[in-house]
Amino acid sequence: MSTLAEMWPFLRAGFTNTLVLLALSLVLSTILGTVLASMRVSPVLPLRAFGTSYVNIFRNTPLVVMFILIVEGFPPVDIRPNIEAIGLNTFETLAVFALTIYTAAFVCEALRSGVNTVDPGQAEAARAVGMTFTQTLSVIVLPQAFRAVIPPLASVYIALTKNTSVAAAFGVVEATAQLSRMNEQTVAGTGVLFFGIAAGYVVIVWVISGIAAFLERQVATAR
Amino acid sequence: MRFVRTKTLATAGVVALSMALAACGGDESGGDGAEVEVEEGDFPEGSQMAEFQEAGEITIGVKFDQPGIGFQQPGEDTPTGFDIEIGEYVAGKLGIEPENIGWRETVSDNREPFLENGTVDLVIASYTINEERRAIVGQAGPYYTTGQQILVREEDAETIDGPDKLSEVSVCSVTGSTSLENVVRDYGAEPAPFDTYSACVRQLQNETVDAVTTDGAILLGYAAQDPDNLEVVGEEFSEEPYGIGYYPNDDTEMCEFLNETIQQSIDDGYWAEGFEATLGQSGIETPDPPEQDPCP
Repeated sequence: MSTLAEMWPFLRAGFTNTLVLLALSLVLSTILGTVLASMRVSPVLPLRAFGTSYVNIFRNTPLVVMFILIVEGFPPVDIRPNIEAIGLNTFETLAVFALTIYTAAFVCEALRSGVNTVDPGQAEAARAVGMTFTQTLSVIVLPQAFRAVIPPLASVYIALTKNTSVAAAFGVVEATAQLSRMNEQTVAGTGVLFFGIAAGYVVIVWVISGIAAFLERQVATAR
Repeated sequence: MRFVRTKTLATAGVVALSMALAACGGDESGGDGAEVEVEEGDFPEGSQMAEFQEAGEITIGVKFDQPGIGFQQPGEDTPTGFDIEIGEYVAGKLGIEPENIGWRETVSDNREPFLENGTVDLVIASYTINEERRAIVGQAGPYYTTGQQILVREEDAETIDGPDKLSEVSVCSVTGSTSLENVVRDYGAEPAPFDTYSACVRQLQNETVDAVTTDGAILLGYAAQDPDNLEVVGEEFSEEPYGIGYYPNDDTEMCEFLNETIQQSIDDGYWAEGFEATLGQSGIETPDPPEQDPCP
């Protein structure tokens, strides 16, 4: 099985990078997406308008265009961040940035769809007993909405997993870039290499689906 | 009757317009490249060359994004570069006027498929000759030999003056290219893959990478576009002979015709003139032309 031995260093290095991109942009886009969803359901008009504009702009922009704007547009105006502490260079940091602001729009909409499944009577009842908007959202609405958002949110994260591969053409040597490298230098057939890389993505997606299924069972109610 | 007349008029209009356009194009291309002599050749019946000459037109696959080699200026209708000069000369030997050449953009990955399925008749697109490619398509020549080099910003030219200074330097090249692998494997460079060389050059200008590496000829073209800020440094550390791709690879007559044509262009001074008008603009001396490989 010399092929696998040959492929292993490439796969390990590639998927380590893919997982770092995925983990960081998943966490950050979930935070940003939650803030945006709160804005979109809030009673304050400017906040609602901001949330709606954000979603309309970033959900409708192709990811590659986002990458071009950020990776080629930021450095000339001296925005060249890097997170040295966890070993991220400028390209990796910019990739996380691009993935985060793109994915946050989708997270926001998945969450909002969940909020809309909660009967308005719930929020009205909460207000009737004197809860503030923040309390209503965090104690009454979001916990119930959570149940409904697991499947769409899992889809968003799975799409994000595959979207990390766009970074391969923007200076980041992640799994897909490693595929091209292996293609260029090893003797193994292209088919085998594709299989190796595809298998890696399948494993990641499978873990995400597994966690989603587990959570769904946890919050399931007897209806 | 009425319909026919309208159509004739329309056709006449189109012809006049295209003649006017061709005249404009002719003026421009005549100014910056070497002058091509178009002459009818004497080719064996049924050969590909005879077919091209008969048809009076040919489709040539070239690069559109490599200044000095094959580059399509926005707004122009024909590309320019050394590969284009060679293409015009070859077409001239087939009795084909430069304006009857169809230039088709090819990228590195689709050159073999385009030859195999007949999308293009010839490929002159910084096409490095090697055995794997020769097993699939024919490659005549070389008409030019270059080698891998390094492009850096002017202010770094002192510190990064060769491949052995690339250790832990962030180096840009096309995703999965041999050039990138060479510097990562042999010199410990930190790879920054992008999808085109022009994207790499923009990263170099943005100071997000410190070097770009690929064939010297390609880098010279970019350096010529921005001579105040970019510089090609060091010796060539690989050999990349550029050939003319044709199909099928057992067409010996085609190969011999192309090799003879390349030799003629060298002998009559066209080769050097074409080089000076294109790659020579970056300020390098015109090199000695290469020896052609024997045909299979």
